[in-house]
Amino acid sequence: MARIVGIDLGTTNSLVAYMADGRPRVIPDRHDRTMVPSVVAMTDNGLIVGDPAKEHLTRNPERTVYSVKRFMGKSLEDVQGELAYFPYHLTEQGGVIRIKLGEKTYSPPQISAMILKELKRRAEAHLGESITKAVITVPAYFNDSQRQATKDAGMIAGLDVLRIINEPTAASLAYGLQQKMQGTIAVYDLGGGTFDISILKLKNGIFEVLATNGDTHLGGDDFDRQIANLFVKEISEQHGLDLNAYPDHMQAVRLEAERAKIRLSDELKTTAILDLPESKGRYSRDLTRDQLESLTMELVERTLGPCRLALNDAGLTSSDLDEVVLVGGATRMPLVRQHVEALFGKQPHCELNPDEVVALGAAVQADILGGGTTDLLLLDVTPLSLGIETMGAVMSSLIRRNTTIPASAKEMFTTYVDGQTGVDIHILQGERELVKDNRSLARFRLKVPPLPAGVPRIEVTFLIDANGILNVSARDVRTGATQSLAVKPSYGLSDDEVERMIGESFKFAADDLKARQLIEARTEAEAILMATEKALKQGSHLVGEEDLSSIRASMAAVEAAKSGEDHKTIRAKMADLEKATHHLAEVLMDTSLKAALENKKLSELTSGK
Amino acid sequence: MYHHTHSTVGPRELPMARSMCWHCQSEVAGEYFCERCVKVQPVSKDLDYFTCLGFPRRLTIDQHQLETKFYELSRAFHPDFYQNKSAAEQTISLGNSAMLNIAYRTLRDPIERAEYLLDLEAGSVKEIRNSPPADLFEEILELQDTLSEYRAAGHASETESTLRAKLQSERNTLEQRQREMEATLQQLFVQWDTLQDRGEATDQARTERDRILKQMRENLSNRTYVKNIVSDLASTIG
Repeated sequence: MARIVGIDLGTTNSLVAYMADGRPRVIPDRHDRTMVPSVVAMTDNGLIVGDPAKEHLTRNPERTVYSVKRFMGKSLEDVQGELAYFPYHLTEQGGVIRIKLGEKTYSPPQISAMILKELKRRAEAHLGESITKAVITVPAYFNDSQRQATKDAGMIAGLDVLRIINEPTAASLAYGLQQKMQGTIAVYDLGGGTFDISILKLKNGIFEVLATNGDTHLGGDDFDRQIANLFVKEISEQHGLDLNAYPDHMQAVRLEAERAKIRLSDELKTTAILDLPESKGRYSRDLTRDQLESLTMELVERTLGPCRLALNDAGLTSSDLDEVVLVGGATRMPLVRQHVEALFGKQPHCELNPDEVVALGAAVQADILGGGTTDLLLLDVTPLSLGIETMGAVMSSLIRRNTTIPASAKEMFTTYVDGQTGVDIHILQGERELVKDNRSLARFRLKVPPLPAGVPRIEVTFLIDANGILNVSARDVRTGATQSLAVKPSYGLSDDEVERMIGESFKFAADDLKARQLIEARTEAEAILMATEKALKQGSHLVGEEDLSSIRASMAAVEAAKSGEDHKTIRAKMADLEKATHHLAEVLMDTSLKAALENKKLSELTSGK
Repeated sequence: MYHHTHSTVGPRELPMARSMCWHCQSEVAGEYFCERCVKVQPVSKDLDYFTCLGFPRRLTIDQHQLETKFYELSRAFHPDFYQNKSAAEQTISLGNSAMLNIAYRTLRDPIERAEYLLDLEAGSVKEIRNSPPADLFEEILELQDTLSEYRAAGHASETESTLRAKLQSERNTLEQRQREMEATLQQLFVQWDTLQDRGEATDQARTERDRILKQMRENLSNRTYVKNIVSDLASTIG
């Protein structure tokens, strides 16, 4: 079976991991960086992803997308309150948010797919094989629409998503495997944009989730925003500047706020420095840990309610817990650790890198699915109750929250009017009584044979699969015939749209490839020019004038090609330059060899001593 | 959702609903897997949850044994282990897992287990009580009055704190009441199990069976009523 990788598709950073010799490993890039910033930038040369895209946050804020996970499976209305914080432009089409980048619009799954493709490329380069199958993690408290959007992203990226698993449970797999953890544990996962709490029982290789709760709109981003708001306010007071009019500076503020927050996890005091627009000089401010904590106290306290609810749903009190585990970059904050420790009365674990542990767990789950690991099994739950709309706009629950998945419920439908040929069904998710207070998932129309009222009997099965995603099927009890259903998601892409995006993705892939090849060629050209420059300094006196002028001409040609748009021309000119420097390289090699033989340093030889 | 069997035959004697392997057509001797081709077999939808988990139809169940059995069957059925198998096997794995999960969830909780058993033995029971049990009538009426007074009282007023104290003591009384009902239920569970273990088919045994079922039904619905009032109270006074 082809290799399956585990992917943590995070709000701020994403990672890919795989299992080798019974141990999960995160895949680094050439510079040994394990995290790919979840940032996508539209440049004049096409779309770029990750670290290079991060540079565009301040340079090109309106065309650089970050924190796209916040928009997965959401409508514009859902995020109305925070639109002002994002410099890029959002619209909506068919209940799905669209992000405007230049002339085109992209759905959040398409943007996420670009990040996934980057991870896929990274894994392929590292493992030297084609990667087509993956396990992707999502916050445990993600609803059906958000899970489906993540699965769509995988498909658009050309990945067969074998399983969607919950981030805190993935983390528990890594801890269970690597730290041999057992007993009842709580996983507190505060990421870039989401918060989850899961209570699990680990026993003989079974990881049984007892309850989960969370907030899909609470994370490190919100902490940064508190600090950034303070900076913006002070800049307005001290310099009479409204930074909101300068998207590039707003991004700089956000990034400086994040850096200050991170530094304050280790230090008690730090200085934030920002260059101001309109030649207003600089803003510089000391921020103490105490100040940070009073700014973010309320946010940290917001995580405690879900923790109590989860414990209650699990039928436990904090004294029943054997271990508490911290996951997510934001749990590095001392304030968070203090609160967790106070609530659960236990010092929390953080032996495994909180940024990497989810990806590691995803790799373990991938190995379980691939048949490599056979002694571990994850039994997860559905975070939200599933139901249908009944008379009086009331939700009738079919599958309660915290039910182990896969879970199914059957419901019998009939007609109220003679000859009625359809029954409309509205599927909901949530804990509230009224339809309007819950999340609408989908609607469909059940086809019914025209018969006297009450005679038709259609049995509808609602099945939540191991991904936490709903599947609906219907069967006519009288005839036994099954019925295919056209379920229309309330906040998701239709199947046709996903198909179209997969097609487009291949087209973009060609553009992306071109953009990447160009960037790579330019980088290498830069490197070869610098190396030649250096060689000339060392050995220009060792070769003839003819060689030198040929080298100079070739260098100019590479320089010219580098500012062009064609990677092939750059490569061709680089090859010419290599030919031109052939003799020089030989001479230098000889000289350095001789130097080595005479036990002298090359610098001594070439500096004319 | 499932068919109600009114038979009192022990679950071990119940014939399995299928008799032939869906795959190799041989007669299936194994419980969950065909003995000949080792393919997973669908757990029949007609099977009750007790049979599904291999337990007799009793109200006292060893939690540890139940959990062990649940884990064992989860390892047998979970879709994670069918990723490389045929579509048919994947469908069976999904269906069996979903059935197993609901069975475990139901039997794990003593109250849900009893409600489910009543359902099996005497038909649908989940009658929802709208009026208080007779012996609690006065008390509940008074409580409703206090509750509406409390909701009308101004924030942080003296009346509010007096009423809160009163409600808190009401809550303690009702919680005590709920515990008593649960103790009574526990006794009924033991009576039921003892009667089943004797396995007599006399008229006297039948009368006894009906009496226990009737009392259980009453107690269960009273308990649910009180429990709902208590959680209402808890969410009002916090």
